[in-house]
Amino acid sequence: MPHDHHDHDDYHHEGMSSSGHPYRADNDGPLTYWQRMEIAVRELLVEKSHLIPAQIATQIEVMDARSPANGAAVVARAWIDPDFKARLLADASAASREMGFDIGPLNLIAVENTADAHNLIVCTLCSCYPRNLLGLPPDWYKTREYRSRAVREPRAVLREFGLDLAESVAVRVHDSTADMRYMVLPARPEGTEGLSQEQLASLVTRDSMIGTGLPRQP
Amino acid sequence: MAERVRVKALTPPGHVRVPWYLRGKTGEIERPLGAFHNPEQLAYGLSAEEKPLYRVRFSMAEIWGDAAENPNDTLDAEIYAHWLEKVVIHAA
Amino acid sequence: MSDWDGRRWHDMGGQAAGPVPMEGHDFALWEKRIDALMVLCGQKGLFTVDGLRRAIEDMGEDAFEKYSYYERWIAAVNQNLLEAGIYSLEELATRMDEIAARGPTYAEAQHG
Repeated sequence: MPHDHHDHDDYHHEGMSSSGHPYRADNDGPLTYWQRMEIAVRELLVEKSHLIPAQIATQIEVMDARSPANGAAVVARAWIDPDFKARLLADASAASREMGFDIGPLNLIAVENTADAHNLIVCTLCSCYPRNLLGLPPDWYKTREYRSRAVREPRAVLREFGLDLAESVAVRVHDSTADMRYMVLPARPEGTEGLSQEQLASLVTRDSMIGTGLPRQP
Repeated sequence: MAERVRVKALTPPGHVRVPWYLRGKTGEIERPLGAFHNPEQLAYGLSAEEKPLYRVRFSMAEIWGDAAENPNDTLDAEIYAHWLEKVVIHAA
Repeated sequence: MSDWDGRRWHDMGGQAAGPVPMEGHDFALWEKRIDALMVLCGQKGLFTVDGLRRAIEDMGEDAFEKYSYYERWIAAVNQNLLEAGIYSLEELATRMDEIAARGPTYAEAQHG
């Protein structure tokens, strides 16, 4: 099966972060030049009344609360509700908001995987990602290697992620070059007819919504 | 039939959102996306005009030629109207 | 004489590169704060995302290789705030110097 990098059934393991890694102990490392700059910029913005500390703390909480579980809920609903799926494919921002997700000004397009087509998302110019729905991107998404190769040899990249697509399946790469962000609506796995929406959501991995993976099998 | 467009093969310095690998390449409008503020002005703190934005679909064969993994695979990107020119197809 | 074709370093789609590195890390507090500053200052209209991208692009390829993602972002946030006149270079320099004197770690230096 395709290997899932950091996806876990439970996005909030005890003592672990939302992506299943231990928290970094960077607060105790030697103070760096860039950390000093962050502290200085933050303090100057507060002193000059552009921000208050509570806004910064709240924004961190808002971002921490966003995770692939949000996208998984959207995908699972689309799998069981054809009308919702139609609305998702027509306007993924509106469909996400309809489910109660505060995605801010995100312009989201959902692209559907089928038996004939597999979608893959990249941003070659920087690292645009549907962060207001799925949370912050994985590190590999921001690397030179992924950004350079996903548009030229997507099939080779997918093989590195454990996904070997048949030649009969068309690969559709989406380069997020401007104001849109993308999520993949993966195909519903076989043998999931009896599952609830929540059980279905637990099969949807982060990578399956970027296109570098498939949903788990039940 | 989808409208065919070519990405202008320009090479300005500075902040532009048209990838190098698509310059001069021909594709089809996949869908119009509406108008968005021009990033080439936003980047320098200028008030920015709204420019129509399109999703354009290219075949991998068009972009990479013989080096394409699979010529029929596709790539979609968002390109502003001022970077696109219509492709006129002449009758044979 | 230069034979540069005009492609800028950040415009890397289609360039040759090695296997995708799969290691990840979780964001530290200072990184999350930079992310929050970026979002909040953008919402307040102090700069645009394209202004940040422009600053990162102008830092050059060397910065991409040498500094981490959020190190480049705080440099870009700072560059845009300086350009917008939110504070002066002198104010920034003085404050960064004061912060160094607070202690040897981020935990000790993070609050004024």
